[in-house]
Amino acid sequence: MTEFLKRLLRTPQGAIGVAIVGLVLLVVIIGPWVAPHDPESLAPLQRYKGSSLTYLLGTDQYGRDIFSRLLIGARATVIMAMLATLAGTVVGALIGTTSAFLGGRADEAIMRTIDAVMSIPSLLFALLVVNLLGSSIVNALVAVAVAFAPGMARITRSVALSVRKQDYINAAIARGESARFVIVREMLPNVIAPIIVEMTIRVSFAVMLFATLSFLGLGAQPPAAEWGLMVSEARRYMHLSAGILIWPSIAIALVAIGFNLLGDGLRDALNPRA
Amino acid sequence: MSPNYILKRIALIFYTLLVVSLIVFAITQILPADAAVMMLGENATDQALDALRQRMGLNDPVWMQYAHWLIGIVQGNFGTSLRTGQPVGPVMFEALGRSLLLALLSITFMLILAIPLGIIAAIRRGRVADMLVSLISYVGVSLPEFVTATVAVLLFADWLKWLPPTGYVPLTENFGSAIAHLTLPVFVISIILIAHVSRMVRSELIDVLHADYIRSARLKGLSGSSVLMGHALRNALLPTITIVALDVGYLLGGVIVVEEIFAIPGIGRQLIVAIQARDLPAIQAGVLIMAATYSIVNFLADMLYAALDKRIQYD
Repeated sequence: MTEFLKRLLRTPQGAIGVAIVGLVLLVVIIGPWVAPHDPESLAPLQRYKGSSLTYLLGTDQYGRDIFSRLLIGARATVIMAMLATLAGTVVGALIGTTSAFLGGRADEAIMRTIDAVMSIPSLLFALLVVNLLGSSIVNALVAVAVAFAPGMARITRSVALSVRKQDYINAAIARGESARFVIVREMLPNVIAPIIVEMTIRVSFAVMLFATLSFLGLGAQPPAAEWGLMVSEARRYMHLSAGILIWPSIAIALVAIGFNLLGDGLRDALNPRA
Repeated sequence: MSPNYILKRIALIFYTLLVVSLIVFAITQILPADAAVMMLGENATDQALDALRQRMGLNDPVWMQYAHWLIGIVQGNFGTSLRTGQPVGPVMFEALGRSLLLALLSITFMLILAIPLGIIAAIRRGRVADMLVSLISYVGVSLPEFVTATVAVLLFADWLKWLPPTGYVPLTENFGSAIAHLTLPVFVISIILIAHVSRMVRSELIDVLHADYIRSARLKGLSGSSVLMGHALRNALLPTITIVALDVGYLLGGVIVVEEIFAIPGIGRQLIVAIQARDLPAIQAGVLIMAATYSIVNFLADMLYAALDKRIQYD
């Protein structure tokens, strides 16, 4: 484990990714306690302020402290994205493994159907599901998970199939190892690694997809401090103060970059050959 | 490439559309929207509502409604919009034309930038130029379209006043103005694709440059540039066709957001309007047309790939 961490931190992507994601998770945990202001208290006399010692990143169109709103919004954005990715991965992994296990015609039929589902752009799929369930944060989570499942199914299946063909699996079977040993000790670790890499990278897509849903008015609802919603609300006032728009945009980008880098770092660390 | 394979691929397109039509129909069936109430308004009498439901076939069993809808589409009739009372098909296809223009311009712009960036990064691997390209691509893939679009409008339209903020002008009406209105949307859609494709070109080219035939070309004394141009690039760029085709799904998603922000009357904006108004026939037609576009583009990409790469023998 320490060996693995060392390898992860040795690549620039891994080191920066760990730093950013670590910082983001810290904000998610302690954000609401360290926020200097109430994120929803209105202060009509303090609107459109620039950065100052009282308001680190300035105030928005209602005089709310942008820094506090970002700290508190991290929970809505990041936790939801991680949960949605996890849910999509579990469902996708189940479908993918089943398909690989069944093989033959059933596998062919399942995969062609998955391909068909993937011809609907994931944003559009998420929009349809949210519209079906009604706009709320939980429904947005379900929508993103549903939109991710087919892609994860495809990846899990191809990984499972390629691992199954490896010589060390055949060697383990030839040694007379039990099916349980082969699956748990030989196959699982090698199947899980690429899936974790893919999942990490997908968290950044999920953050973006969530923010996009909120931006289109189909995710978090005002006055929630969700980052995509903050950008959406800032659009009407951006010529009065660019900060309202810029800071939440940077927050979204930073989280997405962090998970992207971490995913690439993990890939390099788990795959020393490359 | 055998005719058999082509037939199989075409059959797959139809299968895809069948699956998508089932999904869309299922979703729109569960939606809590009564088409008859939507058309006649909340105050309509029960009698009038019943009569309309009867006429629209809303009292038929679900499978019969699905069959009617599917048969209609095969005959080129996508149904009537609940919102406007106009046939949905022509409106959607006209909007699709505008979206395809946007998509084509974006792909062209993307290729012009992404391929050279990828090549530079691969040749200067591990040096400053490579680091710079990967930095740009990390930032690029991490910015959702609605963020780049909003910031771009603030920067280029509000502050610098170089370009119009939103709106759409047909190419035939005023070419200059049309291009000015399309510049920001094309730029915004391209960013994520540039980041993605330049990374792919870089890794493909690095792989190819390690191949034996490149080493023998170098050993027989060819210059670096002719090895690159004559031997490496062709093989490195081929997989880009598949990548770009698969990215079309992502592109269409981006088109939805960008059309909404820049007020471009394309299929994405039509879909958002339809979804917000719960205009079921319009939603069904829009999603089906988008999925069809994606499938057809991927089919054409496979054909192009096979035509360009003689090693590939599909059967």
